[in-house]
Amino acid sequence: MRPRHVGAKLLLLAMCAYFLVPVWWLLVASTKNAEGLFSGSGALWFNGFHLFENLGDLFSFNNGEFLRWLGNSVLYAFAGGAGCTVISVLAGYGFAKFTFRGRNAVFALVLGSVMVPLTALVIPTFVLMSNVGLTDTIWAVILPSLLSPFAVYLMRVYAAASVPDELLDAARIDGAGELRTFVRVALPLMRPGVITVLLLSVVSTWNNFFLPLTMLSSSKLFPLPVGIGLWTQLASSNNAGGQSLWNLIIVGSLVSIVPLIVAFLTLQKYWQGGLAVGSLK
Amino acid sequence: MIDTHSAAPAATVVRRTKRAPSKGWLFILPFLVVFVAFLLAPLLYAGYLSLWTKGLATGTTFAGFDNYTRAFGDPSFRKGLWFVLKFSLVVIPLQIIVALVAALVLDEVTGRLARFSRLVIFLPYAVPVVLGALMWGFLYSPSFGPIEQIATAFDVRAPFLLSQGNIFYGLLNVVTWQWSGYYMIIIYAALRSIDSSIYEAARIDGAGARQIAFRIKVPMVSSALVLILIFSLIGTLQFFTEPQILGPIANGSVTPDFTPNIYAFNLAFRYAQFNYASAISFSLGFVVFLAVAIFMVATRKRGSIFT
Repeated sequence: MRPRHVGAKLLLLAMCAYFLVPVWWLLVASTKNAEGLFSGSGALWFNGFHLFENLGDLFSFNNGEFLRWLGNSVLYAFAGGAGCTVISVLAGYGFAKFTFRGRNAVFALVLGSVMVPLTALVIPTFVLMSNVGLTDTIWAVILPSLLSPFAVYLMRVYAAASVPDELLDAARIDGAGELRTFVRVALPLMRPGVITVLLLSVVSTWNNFFLPLTMLSSSKLFPLPVGIGLWTQLASSNNAGGQSLWNLIIVGSLVSIVPLIVAFLTLQKYWQGGLAVGSLK
Repeated sequence: MIDTHSAAPAATVVRRTKRAPSKGWLFILPFLVVFVAFLLAPLLYAGYLSLWTKGLATGTTFAGFDNYTRAFGDPSFRKGLWFVLKFSLVVIPLQIIVALVAALVLDEVTGRLARFSRLVIFLPYAVPVVLGALMWGFLYSPSFGPIEQIATAFDVRAPFLLSQGNIFYGLLNVVTWQWSGYYMIIIYAALRSIDSSIYEAARIDGAGARQIAFRIKVPMVSSALVLILIFSLIGTLQFFTEPQILGPIANGSVTPDFTPNIYAFNLAFRYAQFNYASAISFSLGFVVFLAVAIFMVATRKRGSIFT
């Protein structure tokens, strides 16, 4: 049976190479100084080791601007992600386990909202937020992040599949209130789904670019993607002083992707199962 | 479900279903508040904005559907729309083929390499889109990217993948790299849930590995494929982040009207034309809705494959 899979394995190796190349390049480039980066040879291999120097420069550049962005990203991702998870889990459970008038109509509306273009939402949200003086505050980023129709869909499917009605009825007959039934009986059964939704919503807030880009104007409130986007514009608009900034952008990018890769690797048992449920419907 | 509600057969059932409605709403309430505040209200407001027009001399006046007729006649909007439609037609099949092939291979091969590959192929999903685009932008870079260096070593000129003529392909690669792994995981999960006794039966009937893959596995994951197609269609028509990020290093290939979303963004935040920008994004929403509807009807007709 071995030889039969040789072709398949070669294909896998080729795919791994393709999907790893940018990350590998980023890792290698992070260890180079500006000279090594622009030396014009061996972009995919090491040339001196200046990683710690670069990290030092990164965190001290412009009064530690990067560290501030990192802190902002963590705040937005956890406040937005955790809030979104709580709201979506409650709603998914409500849609899956209760019948009430208008349920299907509301759910169809929620699903249909996935098609709404980002600009169609962000532009009016910006105008509405600026009317109440919330633009350029952390709330302008956190509050809209609480909304995730896809998370509600995922939780509805997950709750329907993993929480048996009989168990809920038994708890109710024993005199447990609805909230108690939810926390004690349903929630433990939905744990893998909850962790998937938490991970996905933290990631999507961490990665969000368009919303903070429009809502925030003072750079001290920027999350990482918007901050790095700002540096890119600076670096490409001034070619002379831009060289050292490219180094910072590269090492900054590395620092921004490491936490997520670690999160996905350590939690893979959960999200692999959780994503599966969404696709089986 | 609705039948028991209206027919009310037994007393106990009636009491339970009567109690349930209000409780069900309570669980959904927090979400509904957010949904109304950050989706429905802004959307209605954008719809309202799009019906007005603001002139320097005339002030704000009611325009009816003028902004929409203007939008669909606007060469900038039409050009951007044509670009995203063309891009969708190429990138969606490409992503799905990469994801499907990877998932089929990973479903067949076991061992350390397979487990490692599964993670590596999924890895780009954990990379923020901004940084994914930026990394490829670096790799394309003529001043420090490897593509140029390799080409120089062979004494040829490398194509700059972000130039006016090549940016379509440059972006195609970025998007395929970023999303194929996510789609692969969805297909892979669907494949894993197929009862393997079906394969045994097929093998006894004389089916080879290839036949099993294309005659059994692919049709059985068709609902996952449809889901992916719809996601990727919606996402691609709203193309924004990658070209926006690569703009500054693309030497002017990314124009302010490159895609409809970029156009609407620039109209609103560069030129403060919120009314016309709202009309543009609504028109885009209409196109997305139409595309998804056409796709759903088309796949439903071929009921034997997609159900």
